Amino acid sequence: MSTLPLDDQIADWRRHLLGHGRLGEADADELEDHLRAAISDLTAAGLTDDEAFLIGIRRIGNLDEVARQYATTAATREWKQHVGTLPATRRLGDGPVAIVFGVLAALVVQLPRLWGDPYPDFLVSPVLALAVLAGYLAWTHKVGRATVLAGAAATVLSLAVAAFYPFTVEGDTWIITMLHLPVAMWVAVAVAYMGGKVRSARARMDAVRFTGEWVIYMALLALGGIVLFAITFLTMAAAGQEPSEELISWVIPSAAAGAMPVAAWLVEGKSTVVENLAPVLTRIFTPLFTVAIAVLLVGIVAWGGFSDNRDVLILFDVLLIVVVALVMYTLSSTPADARAGWFEWLQVALVVGALALNAVALTTTLDRTFDGGLTPNRVAALGLNLVLLVHLVVTAWLTAVRAARRTPARGVIAWQTAYLPVYAAWAWGVVLVLPPVFGFV
Amino acid sequence: MKLAKDLVAASAAPLVLTILAESESYGYAIVKRVEDLSDGEIAWTDGFLYPLLHRLEDAGQITSRWGVADTGRRRRYYAVTDAGTAALAEHRAQWRTVTGALARAWNVPGLRLRLASPIPTTGYGWSLA
Repeated sequence: MSTLPLDDQIADWRRHLLGHGRLGEADADELEDHLRAAISDLTAAGLTDDEAFLIGIRRIGNLDEVARQYATTAATREWKQHVGTLPATRRLGDGPVAIVFGVLAALVVQLPRLWGDPYPDFLVSPVLALAVLAGYLAWTHKVGRATVLAGAAATVLSLAVAAFYPFTVEGDTWIITMLHLPVAMWVAVAVAYMGGKVRSARARMDAVRFTGEWVIYMALLALGGIVLFAITFLTMAAAGQEPSEELISWVIPSAAAGAMPVAAWLVEGKSTVVENLAPVLTRIFTPLFTVAIAVLLVGIVAWGGFSDNRDVLILFDVLLIVVVALVMYTLSSTPADARAGWFEWLQVALVVGALALNAVALTTTLDRTFDGGLTPNRVAALGLNLVLLVHLVVTAWLTAVRAARRTPARGVIAWQTAYLPVYAAWAWGVVLVLPPVFGFV
Repeated sequence: MKLAKDLVAASAAPLVLTILAESESYGYAIVKRVEDLSDGEIAWTDGFLYPLLHRLEDAGQITSRWGVADTGRRRRYYAVTDAGTAALAEHRAQWRTVTGALARAWNVPGLRLRLASPIPTTGYGWSLA
């Protein structure tokens, strides 16, 4: 047996504990305090340091077991929990189910052809595909009846809007609905993923993580798909064949829809591959966006504001969405009890910079925006801007307070999950109310 | 005697809340107190206790703060919140129902006899005996 001094043995043990990557420094501090208390009790009872150390670590439990237990609680760890605790059989077990749902999704997007549309419909087809995705999650998560009913209600309502609102195709309200309907339907997907635990902040954050990883998997699948299509079409072209528009309108929408349940299955079953990818991306891009926004702020002042106001508002909505995503996915991998550090100040700088840029955009375009009165586009863009603004202002404030006092992340995380329903409500409001108010132009 | 895993898990939150309702405490002391209360029958590992404490904290039933122990080490102290007190009352009501039902059931003479007998009284049991 080793005769290292006790402190060295404990330091070794602590390194081993942290080596699992599932425990934070604070967790290790707590466990070390526990171990030392146990050792001092045992030595007081007459044991030597070595004996006390051995019994002490034995009582704490097998380190793998401790790490696994931790994995089922705190934030970063839940991310990995999918791999860590799911039995191998389950991981593959949903595979065939995912493929069946994928085929189903690929078929339903073509349903509008049945009532004479030459293409999959831009409103109806995405709703149907997302309904199948929600169905896949409801099936594999074995959700309760209330959840199924909620998802079905959301689907029916979305379909009613998509199929029966008398839109002018490619008119403003039609485009706005096309953009907002998938977000509204994502509520059904998220509820199915959460298994109906919509009130639980933890479940909501899980749904946010799922969304992020799902988007990443969809992007990866899309990249592969583009290569596949490119090779196919180039080969056809080389043989003197023109790929017909008919063929494209069958293949691309069905492939995209079919990928949705498969991506969901990959997120849950094979998350080792891109595990933690969303938080890693946010760590890389938070500094880059902060610098870019700072440069743009200086530039805007130097260039004398914005000359073209048509798309500026939409551009800044997109910017704020990106900033929200950067903040959210950083927090999604931050343990609730993590202390603030320099990265929090960087986040504050990012958010404040984005808000300042947004404020410049609003003030320089707002008067011109209202010259022509309120149009559906302006209401949608300004409303979304307001929703994002409230989210980010409060986030910036909470993050600054957290960074200044070096307090845990709990409050900032709680605000993110508490605010999510506002986005759902906004998307549904736009989809249901805006088109009739503006006469479906 | 080894307590069933489910039973240990089910009794853990009420035990922690009860101990913290007495006074603020920390992990090691909580484990010790549980061992005392159970005559050493319930011995939790850390791997069990700390995730439980964190879960209760996330649920808002307890709060934690970092303090300094007598030995000068950093130590995390936990205290019960109002929500925790309410949850404890609920736990007590539920456990009273369970233990009351079992006590009443076990007072039926026939049942007590069967439980007290070391040899199972089923046909299979007799053949073993």
